[in-house]
Amino acid sequence: MSQEIIKRTKLEIAKQPEGLEGPGFFATKVDEVIGMARANSLWPLPFATSCCGIEFMATMASHYDLARFGMERLSFSPRQADLLMVMGTIAKKMGPTLRQVYEQMAEPRWVLSVGACASSGGIFDTYSVLQGIDRIIPVDVYVPGCPPRPEQIIEGILKIQELSRNESGRRRNSPEYKKLMNSYGIE
Amino acid sequence: MSKKENTTPSTPPSDTMEKEYTTLNLGPTHPATHGIFQNVLTMDGEIIHNAVPTLGYIHRAFEKLAERRPYAQITPITDRLNYCSSPINNMGWHMTVEKLIKAEVPKRAEYHRVIIMELSRIADHIICNTIIGQDTGATTGFLYLFQWREHIYDIFESICGARLTTNICRIGGFDKEWSQKTWDMINNFVRDFPKGLEEFNGLLERNRIFMDRTINCGPISAEMALEYSFTGPNLRAAGVDYDVRVATPYSSYEDFEFQIPVGTQGDTYDRFTVRQEEMRQSLHIIRQAIKNMPSGKMHADIPDFFLPPKDQVYNNMEALIYHFKIVMGETDIPAGEIYHCVEGGNGELGFYLISDGGRTPFRLHFRRPCFIYYQAYPEMIKGAMLSDAIITMSSMNVIAGELDA
Amino acid sequence: MSQEILDKVNAQVSAKFPGAVLSAELLYNFPVFTVDHNDAHEIVSFLKNDPELNFHFLTDLTGMQTADEKHLGVIYHLHNLPKNMRVRVKTFFSMDKPEIPTVTDLWPGANWMERETFDFYGVKFKGHPNLKRILNVDEMDIFPLRKEYPLEDQTRDDKSDKMFGR
Repeated sequence: MSQEIIKRTKLEIAKQPEGLEGPGFFATKVDEVIGMARANSLWPLPFATSCCGIEFMATMASHYDLARFGMERLSFSPRQADLLMVMGTIAKKMGPTLRQVYEQMAEPRWVLSVGACASSGGIFDTYSVLQGIDRIIPVDVYVPGCPPRPEQIIEGILKIQELSRNESGRRRNSPEYKKLMNSYGIE
Repeated sequence: MSKKENTTPSTPPSDTMEKEYTTLNLGPTHPATHGIFQNVLTMDGEIIHNAVPTLGYIHRAFEKLAERRPYAQITPITDRLNYCSSPINNMGWHMTVEKLIKAEVPKRAEYHRVIIMELSRIADHIICNTIIGQDTGATTGFLYLFQWREHIYDIFESICGARLTTNICRIGGFDKEWSQKTWDMINNFVRDFPKGLEEFNGLLERNRIFMDRTINCGPISAEMALEYSFTGPNLRAAGVDYDVRVATPYSSYEDFEFQIPVGTQGDTYDRFTVRQEEMRQSLHIIRQAIKNMPSGKMHADIPDFFLPPKDQVYNNMEALIYHFKIVMGETDIPAGEIYHCVEGGNGELGFYLISDGGRTPFRLHFRRPCFIYYQAYPEMIKGAMLSDAIITMSSMNVIAGELDA
Repeated sequence: MSQEILDKVNAQVSAKFPGAVLSAELLYNFPVFTVDHNDAHEIVSFLKNDPELNFHFLTDLTGMQTADEKHLGVIYHLHNLPKNMRVRVKTFFSMDKPEIPTVTDLWPGANWMERETFDFYGVKFKGHPNLKRILNVDEMDIFPLRKEYPLEDQTRDDKSDKMFGR
């Protein structure tokens, strides 16, 4: 039945992880199964502040259709979100809010920095703009551009999916990760 | 565990309870605010008693930045003011500089500019009106009309290579003629968009639910709107027929015939319908511009400010010198003081420029319509429901980039 | 047209406030008045309330710093919508005592524009209901648009002058 639907609608299902298969059982690594599930059901929190936010709206709308990547549901609450998408300039006034949003998110969490402003301050090397969000929170993937095209934003999301698919289950408990968090002063 | 203290008040509660207000923090990253502005609301139940807006969450210091940039390099900064209709900002800035250096732009270039400005006005109003629909619960219109916005983006892309932050046009005119493909796209858009617009209109304009939600929601009287220096569609919705395109025509707007729609109540529904009608009028203007397109050159004859063609730069000494001077920002700019305004997507977008003859402006101030009219927001939502406050905000089309400069 | 507006407004204001108009000129076809800062509020109020002049619409209010870095200025752009006349009123005062009366009593819309001017230049508008910073953080102790303060973010250390040959 489900195979029938897949055939008819030309849906692509996620690739099965490697493992031992036999009649009635399938054995594989937990990490891979969880990674596969996570990567295809990320709940993004759009933190859209300026111009890149408008491009994100275009990405979300019917033409580019972000829902194709398992992101039908945008989570506007940081508590349930997996992926923080920072789009647009973060001013120094906004910095503490962004950090608070990040701290509220549960592990595992990923951060996508969209646009030149969020990544480095961009053309706004001014007294009021934070020179890159990586000064206050760790970033996983940077998407350059002012603003990046929707294709680029989607490419960034695919990179995040790749990261989450291949992440080991124990990474977030490792000393390296704790050290990284401590360097940002986040417990 | 400490011993539980007795917290019962010593006096029993009286029959007349004191009114209690709840403080509710809306923003700065609330999904319903479309941009980052904070409103600290004092609520009496679900009625808004008072609102205190806080802004500056994406203050990027445009005005200081402009004091360090040569004139041509300020255009990309204006892109990021009202990023929903950046071409209008670009044109406004080009015209300000042209006024300063007293350049005569040919009619043909001006007509081309009118087409771009009206297209971007449509793009701006599409965002605002679909978002009103989105906030009243009608997502369909958003998904539907955004498809048409992509067509406008395609046109911009074929002219200047960028979608959103366009940096379109040059000081003095255009760098080249538009390609036939661009014209085909514009003609197709003008032909097909009315159908899409009317379908969207049919979804909302006479929709009972939408009308009940928006009529008498966030109204503002004409007197009050003038006191608060409203401009643009929001002022026209309140019933004042002030439009910069008519009052102080720029870029040959006096050649075109169009109507200024005005509302009566100044409520959300009027703002919606005024924007809908403005989109139709914009299409009407574009049709006239295509039909009456004059022939001639695409740029003013100002070699000091207009980049020469590339083949001349390589083969001609004079052109090379001009190219070098323009690119390095070493051209002489006359000293002067200018106020130039254009009708932006949100209202009168003004550029107040003081030049002291140096390579950069001495002072550049942007009159940002959003920043000025958003301060009436607390007045408009006092006594309204929380859900009405949200759609009032979206119908005012407050753009964070323009608000915070 | 602009010359007529200039002459008319100049005659009326000079008659009412002798000596307050320091200069009246036409800059790029725009009537511009420079007035004494002690009379600025009264002159703007007169321009607004006079039934004939009727400059009832405050288009813009902004600040500036003069080139000698010793004076600050406030610039009002007024507009008479029915007759479509515009004027610009400029007033300058010393940076030692940057005080000027507010116009929020005339236009409630001047509120944020004055707050922005205070935020950028430190102009104190006497009688303003809520004069505090609007765009920058409250803790900021400089007035960033004054020429003496740098534009760039001072915390960056990745911009080496060596790369630019400076």
